[in-house]
Amino acid sequence: MSAFLRRFARNRGAVVGAVLLVLVIGMALFAPLLFPGSPWDMAGAPFQPPGEDGMLLGTDSLGRDVAAGIAYGAQVSLIVGAVSTAVALLIGVALGAVAGYLGGWADDAIMRFTEFFQTIPSFVLAILLVAIFTPSIASIIVAIAVVSWPPVTRVVRAEFLSLRNREFVQAAEVLGKRPLAIVLTDILPNALSPIIVLASLMTATAILLESSLSFLGLGDPNMMSWGFLIGSGRSVIRLAWWMSVFPGLAIFLTVLALNLVGEGLSDALNPRLRKRGAAH
Amino acid sequence: MELTRRNLLGATLGATAAAPVLMSAGAALAQGVTPRRGGMLTTILNPEPPVLQIGVNNQTPTLIAGTKITQGLLQFTPKLEPLPQLAKSWTVSPDGLEYVFKLEENVTWHDGKPFTADDVVFSVMQFNREVAPRLRGVLAGIAEATTPDPHTARFVLKQPFEPFLLCFDATAMPIVAKHLFEGQNFRTAPAVQHPVGTGPFRFVEWQRGNFVRMERYEGYWKPGKPYLDGILWRIVPDGQSRRLAIESGQVVMTTATDIEPFDIPALRAKPNLAVTTAGWEYFSPLFWYDLNQRVGPLADKRVRQAMSMALDRNFIVQRLWFGLGRPATGPIASTTRFYDATAKLPPFDVAKAKKLLDEAGHKPGAGGMRFALKHLIPPYGEIWNRMSEYFRQAMRQIGIDVTLESTDAGTWASRVANWDYETTANVLYQFGDPTLGVERSYVTSNIQKITFTNTAGYSNPRVDELFQAGRTAATAAERQKAFSEVQHLLVEEVPLLWVVEVAYPTVTDKKLRNVIQTGTGVHASFDDVFLAS
Repeated sequence: MSAFLRRFARNRGAVVGAVLLVLVIGMALFAPLLFPGSPWDMAGAPFQPPGEDGMLLGTDSLGRDVAAGIAYGAQVSLIVGAVSTAVALLIGVALGAVAGYLGGWADDAIMRFTEFFQTIPSFVLAILLVAIFTPSIASIIVAIAVVSWPPVTRVVRAEFLSLRNREFVQAAEVLGKRPLAIVLTDILPNALSPIIVLASLMTATAILLESSLSFLGLGDPNMMSWGFLIGSGRSVIRLAWWMSVFPGLAIFLTVLALNLVGEGLSDALNPRLRKRGAAH
Repeated sequence: MELTRRNLLGATLGATAAAPVLMSAGAALAQGVTPRRGGMLTTILNPEPPVLQIGVNNQTPTLIAGTKITQGLLQFTPKLEPLPQLAKSWTVSPDGLEYVFKLEENVTWHDGKPFTADDVVFSVMQFNREVAPRLRGVLAGIAEATTPDPHTARFVLKQPFEPFLLCFDATAMPIVAKHLFEGQNFRTAPAVQHPVGTGPFRFVEWQRGNFVRMERYEGYWKPGKPYLDGILWRIVPDGQSRRLAIESGQVVMTTATDIEPFDIPALRAKPNLAVTTAGWEYFSPLFWYDLNQRVGPLADKRVRQAMSMALDRNFIVQRLWFGLGRPATGPIASTTRFYDATAKLPPFDVAKAKKLLDEAGHKPGAGGMRFALKHLIPPYGEIWNRMSEYFRQAMRQIGIDVTLESTDAGTWASRVANWDYETTANVLYQFGDPTLGVERSYVTSNIQKITFTNTAGYSNPRVDELFQAGRTAATAAERQKAFSEVQHLLVEEVPLLWVVEVAYPTVTDKKLRNVIQTGTGVHASFDDVFLAS
């Protein structure tokens, strides 16, 4: 474990990312303490610039505190990012494992099915799904999961294909271990590192997707999210730049943090790759 | 109080029709500017309408551009008194049954054919009867339509209908050429694509997605007019581009919803631009939160009163509408006929609202919430979202847990039409008269599964009686009595939460004169609009 941490820490960017991520998570967790009451409450005069009226980041067109919106928005963004990634992983790993382990017609069928999803532009599909199922946090999570699982399937399948014929797997088969047990206890743990790296990047993409949907007015109207903040501030940007800039910054930093952490994880989990990369 | 209002109305209705026209010419002279002939008016058309023939399409852009081509018999002052347009004078028989219009005599259609009373009778009895569902009931009440001579049109009603004249504005009852529509499908006739009217400007060119061009009609029936050489309507779909167009002088006028409310304060500050919200009196759009009375707690008048008291209408007008409009005081807008200023909603009072809810048996439960409601957000843009968010917070303040539902335009319309909502919001035009534009939202007989009817399902026999009395009473005084009573009754019952009397801004370059002169504002024919040098 300490070796893992040391390798992770060797990537300075990853450390910065991790610190940022911890800050964002902290902000989400402590939002109710930092800003008691609802982020939708009209706390002050509308269009107050940052710093005035006791509002650190100013107020929006209804006098709502932008800082409170960003803190509560972190909850939504992180929940959507984490849950939709978990769902996408569940679908992607299951399908990829079956395809890679069984091969043959099952592999063909699953890969054609995956390609079918990959040919549809993911954001368009997400908009369509949310619009059909009416915007709510659940429909947004489902939509994001549905459009993000195909890459997972492909990565997992590739890992399984290469691990499938290794000696330890053959040994397990000879010993009479059941296929499900082999997949779960022998192959999957060895395929985990690319999945973890992928998951961190997917969370970043999911946060961006949620923000884009909210920006377009397809967010959950009862959840304060960063995309909503930018969307509602966009039209008054010449009047109140702070309404769009600060939530934009929040999205930027969070997504950047996740990407940095993902890179750090990749380095830490694949030390040989890292060395090879450094040699070039 | 009621007496003085009645006198006032009587006096204004009896005033000579020509006075306001003289006044406007006088106003221009008073500024030391004599009308200048020449120049193109460049403005914006948004969104691009499908056709420009009023009647076939009645969206705001169609009405604003179409009224330069197509005219009506009358136009209306901001106080909704009739003014001449194609009718130079008119008489109403004492029993309120016979209406005789004397028409202007030297009027020609843009194709050169003369305009006669036959065109008027055709437009009323056939064209508008077919294409204007809103007027169908009114027009069915015409027993006889005749043309005693080529420049006189006479209508006899089955029973008195005092607001009859209000139906003769160009936006409601466009007068079209009989020879171009008779015997054809009114919606697909060639004249719909290439409108031909009697107005000061004739249709020249329409490049879809780009512009509509109109030019002065040299044969216009008012000698020496119009002053402008023509009008160029640019189609600019993006709000910020529209703002830039007026700021940079690319266009010299914007109308209706061209400019977003939040951009208005900045435009007001420009020394070369004038911003006014006058000229919507005939339409008087009223914004309200719609409460479906079939939803448990909303059937209780105390609950509705409490909800009404929880709304800070001044805040809404100032902050959400950026001062465009006035706080609503009741079901009839203050600019509509028969408005009664003595019928007032109880003021903003959160403590009293909570007390009313307590009395109604809705005690606060977990988290201080008494009961939950859903609010269907009308999907028509920013301001609707902000209004819905305001509604949720205002209601949560008094312990009503409102959650918002998003939807698309088609679903919104069908859910409202099918009564499948708890609360939502809406804006309806009043068309100058309670019978024409207010009654429809409150009477039992209009509880229909159609949008813009009484979809809230409010029903009160006394309200029905009063609207019926207001509809059939022959004189304005009798109608005032019925409408005053109904206003007092409705502000007590609050079937809907009236919030804002919406006023759309008209932004003009100060060089452009005589734009807003009537109660229909930019829907006038623009024959006396000019560009000062």
